[in-house]
Amino acid sequence: MQNPINDIEHQAQEEIQKAKTSEDLEVVSIRYLGRKGILTAFLRSISSLPEDQRPAAGKNANILKTKLENAIALARSGIAANGTNQNRGIDVTLPGRRRGYGSTHPVTRVLDEICTIFMRLGFDIVEGPEVETDYYNFEALNIPKYHPARDMQDTFYVSDNIVLRTHTSPSQPRTMEKTDPPVRIVSAGKVFRCDSDLTHTPMFHQIEGLMVDENISFGDLKGVLTTFVHQFFDEHTALRFRPSYFPFTEPSAEVDIRCVMCKGTGCRVCSKTGWLEVLGSGMVHPAVFENVGYDTATYTGFAFGVGIERMAMLKYGIDDIRKYFENDMRFLGQF
Amino acid sequence: MKVSLSWIKEYIPVDLGPDEIASKLTMAGLEVDAVENLYAYLDGIVVARVMDVKKHPKADKLTCCTVDTGRDETVQIVCGAPNVRQGMLSACALPGAVLPKDLKIKKSKLRGEVSEGMLCSAAELMLDADAAGIMDIAGDYEPGTPLGQALNISDTVFEIDLTPNRPDCLSVMGVAREMGAFTRPGRKITKPDITFPLQRTSSQSIHDHARVEIKDPDLCPRYSAGLLFDVAVGPSPFWLRQRLESVGLTPINNVVDVTNFVMMETGQPLHAFDYDNLSNGRIVVQKAGSTSEFTTLDSKVHKLEPEMLMICDGHRPVALAGVMGGENSEISHGTTRVLIESACFNPISIRRTAKRTGIATDASHRFERGVDPLGTVYAMQRAMTLIAEICDATIARDIIDAYPLPAAPVRINLDARALNVRLGTDFSTDEITDILTSVEFGVQPSRDGYMAVNVPSFRVDVARPEDLSEEVARLWGYNRIQTTYPAVPAKGRPLDPVISARSAIRHILTGLSFYEAINYNFISRDFCDHLLLSESDPRRKVVQIVNPLSDQMSVLRTSLIPGLLANMRKNTSQQTDTLHLFEIGKTFLSTGEDTLPEESEIVAGLITGNRTHQTWYGKKQPLDFFDLKGVVEDLLDALGIADAEYAAAGAGSCPYFESGHGAKVTKDNIVLGFLGKVATPVLQHFGLKQDAYVFELDLAVVMGQMPRQIKALPLPRFPSISQDITLIVDHQVPVGDVFGQMKAIAGKNELVEDMFLFDLFEGSPLAEGKKSLSFRIVYRSDVKTLTEKNIRKLHAGISSRLVEVFHADLPE
Repeated sequence: MQNPINDIEHQAQEEIQKAKTSEDLEVVSIRYLGRKGILTAFLRSISSLPEDQRPAAGKNANILKTKLENAIALARSGIAANGTNQNRGIDVTLPGRRRGYGSTHPVTRVLDEICTIFMRLGFDIVEGPEVETDYYNFEALNIPKYHPARDMQDTFYVSDNIVLRTHTSPSQPRTMEKTDPPVRIVSAGKVFRCDSDLTHTPMFHQIEGLMVDENISFGDLKGVLTTFVHQFFDEHTALRFRPSYFPFTEPSAEVDIRCVMCKGTGCRVCSKTGWLEVLGSGMVHPAVFENVGYDTATYTGFAFGVGIERMAMLKYGIDDIRKYFENDMRFLGQF
Repeated sequence: MKVSLSWIKEYIPVDLGPDEIASKLTMAGLEVDAVENLYAYLDGIVVARVMDVKKHPKADKLTCCTVDTGRDETVQIVCGAPNVRQGMLSACALPGAVLPKDLKIKKSKLRGEVSEGMLCSAAELMLDADAAGIMDIAGDYEPGTPLGQALNISDTVFEIDLTPNRPDCLSVMGVAREMGAFTRPGRKITKPDITFPLQRTSSQSIHDHARVEIKDPDLCPRYSAGLLFDVAVGPSPFWLRQRLESVGLTPINNVVDVTNFVMMETGQPLHAFDYDNLSNGRIVVQKAGSTSEFTTLDSKVHKLEPEMLMICDGHRPVALAGVMGGENSEISHGTTRVLIESACFNPISIRRTAKRTGIATDASHRFERGVDPLGTVYAMQRAMTLIAEICDATIARDIIDAYPLPAAPVRINLDARALNVRLGTDFSTDEITDILTSVEFGVQPSRDGYMAVNVPSFRVDVARPEDLSEEVARLWGYNRIQTTYPAVPAKGRPLDPVISARSAIRHILTGLSFYEAINYNFISRDFCDHLLLSESDPRRKVVQIVNPLSDQMSVLRTSLIPGLLANMRKNTSQQTDTLHLFEIGKTFLSTGEDTLPEESEIVAGLITGNRTHQTWYGKKQPLDFFDLKGVVEDLLDALGIADAEYAAAGAGSCPYFESGHGAKVTKDNIVLGFLGKVATPVLQHFGLKQDAYVFELDLAVVMGQMPRQIKALPLPRFPSISQDITLIVDHQVPVGDVFGQMKAIAGKNELVEDMFLFDLFEGSPLAEGKKSLSFRIVYRSDVKTLTEKNIRKLHAGISSRLVEVFHADLPE
């Protein structure tokens, strides 16, 4: 019983192909689908078939009906559009009509990613001014005037008491002055150093972190920063904590990671050491607590700072820090 | 700070290799930046046997030697040394070797004779002062043995990047002391003996010749002085020169070299005065006061400030205290009597003077960070014994030690529990004691886990228990401390709305095909002129940087537009001529000399180039103002700010827009920002040749207009019906005004759902100066399906009211 249907389809499709005008199509449509059409007649004849064949025949006939309707409609639109019903399809290899897309700056991407990691660890995000008082940028952080540590950060001055912040660390005293422990914050933003060469731009970005509570230890600092590095790079990235000096932390530690480029075998990026310095950190110096009125006998805390451009360089393999602020589309377009 | 391993070994035995030392120092907080083999140039120098010596046929003073350098065949080397003889072992530089002073050895011809290498003197190899002849190596070595190996010559120089808190390690002894802590119990350093040799001690006392007076004990708590007679000034012996050169110092003369040597050895800066140039044999330590100028020993004249501390003699200043000596009293060839100064100065005072005069010396570097207050006399006596020996001098009996402000010993009451909490460790008092004593802290355990810790005088950085926690941690090893995770309450604060707003804006604009730019906050002060800002424009209240890197970066921006225009120039010069850039960043308005500026966060964007490029489906079309406006409309809409209003911007607010091509965006009469086409003269200032369109919105103001929350409305249940109105109005009538009227008339009618302009036409057959505007109004009821009949009256009312207000005609 398949045969009548197949024959009808074959014949109808042939006639649809041959139709040159919409009038021709109308004729074909009536011949097959009209009230006295061939397919209609067949549908009517189904009732005379043995009972067990009726459902299948009905189903097939209805499928064919839809098929032919579609074929005729397609042919009709083909004739309307191209003057021919030959369905040549479309050249799907032609370029699409694009809306275009943009992207955020790589610094923003890395900054967001890092903030997100710390937010998942329960840190709040705070922000502070980019132009800072000498007090918050230095004094409150245990860096008095004429302290040699001021040489560690070449400062842009606006006046004797106003500077472009040299780090995001002023967010520490600014936050602690307003908040009682426990404190868990990160603070991201632009910082400025009077320094410009192949590896330094006078402006760059940092993220500062601070956690203060009872019984916060250096071991905890290691734990949180290890989590961060493992989430940002991957969980196989080894870390090394190395004694260093920041006036506002004691003990102070630089955090090195296994070179993400050479995996520790030594390359140009890590100066053959196999390690990359990525974070400064330490236990908050009691003088900083004293400046904000925290009880040094009760509370301990840790702080850390990360340079965003450096992290982005490692993440994306960016070779020249100056590219960040030229805003060349050939660069921005890669992100 | 450089130190050589052989020098360190003078004070402490070391049995570790250079790399191991470097790694241990680094992990103890003395970061080793470089490990340098001091004798790297000996690669390519071998022990060689002179097999035969013949006269050079053309030169009397030269010989042609047959030399066995350990290779299969002997080579001929032309030599000029008088001591060359058959059978001797000497040092031979093979072709390819590079000797000190960058002397490259290659095969050459000397007066016609081939010479395949060079027989070297000890001086040429910087091994000794002996330049009289080639090295005559005693002992029996196989020719070809590397010279360094044969004579056991090796030395390593560590370059340490010292943090400012560790002035005690600005000396070889200090580094040696740290290395003592590599072992337990800590090895102690052996200090050279400083007993004056009797035969070189004069019967004359220094007190008969010199006097020291400190007028400002706050600035100079201690001043020790010693005197030497019969000093023979001349070049230093080889070993001394070599020591200084190994750490990067230049030898000058034996007296100065000894003072530098002892400074490097002990960390105590010394100064040597020509005693005969000190008027009345007096040393007066006092502020410069009214003295206005001083010539330092490098012949530079410096302006003095009254507060600067000077070393004076009976009449005049002879040194900038702690920074640099004066030309008037420096050691010269004729000097025979030398006064050695070994003092302690106030770090802040020294740092001030060094900063103000722009002089940074090894001495000022150490004084700024703090020297051992108990170290002056040792260093001075060490220098005097060396000068006595090297310069054949006699030491005046006694020393002067003016010490008006004795340093109080630092004693810390250390609680082991607090230390363990801080570090996350579990050290016993014994363990803590062991660690601290390894670097010469004195520790006496008291009760309940407390310890009395005596801080050695050279550790000027240690003053509180937390400092000791660092000592314990670094010497134990940071990486051996257990990594733990803090247990903190799961309690947070709401996210600052500015963070989510910024993030939303970035999402919207990148979706609108904008790329994010980040520009410097500092720009050229010319930018105000380049933006054509009037003299009274508030944006001229710029914050100036006192010490900018360049004029191009000398003021803080009060607009983001200059940065974006500079980015446009960068990109168009790279043939990227269609751009969509945005930036979210701060502007700064000065509020006065000594106050923080007003910081505003601005969202700015720039477009230039084409809306569409030439494609298979369309033609290239240049962007215009309405592309920009569409972006701003989309942005504000997406932020939930509906019905922002746009009006022509007055020329005063945005002089950098082309006249008649700028708009002000407001919402409920609050100005959100401006947008417009950049004026041609502005483009020219920025070196731009194509049109640019920019917008600036104030983020805080925009946020103020953002809805607190989105309120979802029920969906309409009945279909809408649309009716059109076409008005013919004067060309000048702004469409915004017509919309305004339409809203005023019908906006409150609950049946009016939407209204929009769907056609704008000018030209024939309309009369000159006329335009036709076609609006469609969408009506919908929430209780029934509207028919034309339901709204006929309402629509006609709107239409006739508009005709009346705008003196409009209806189309025929």
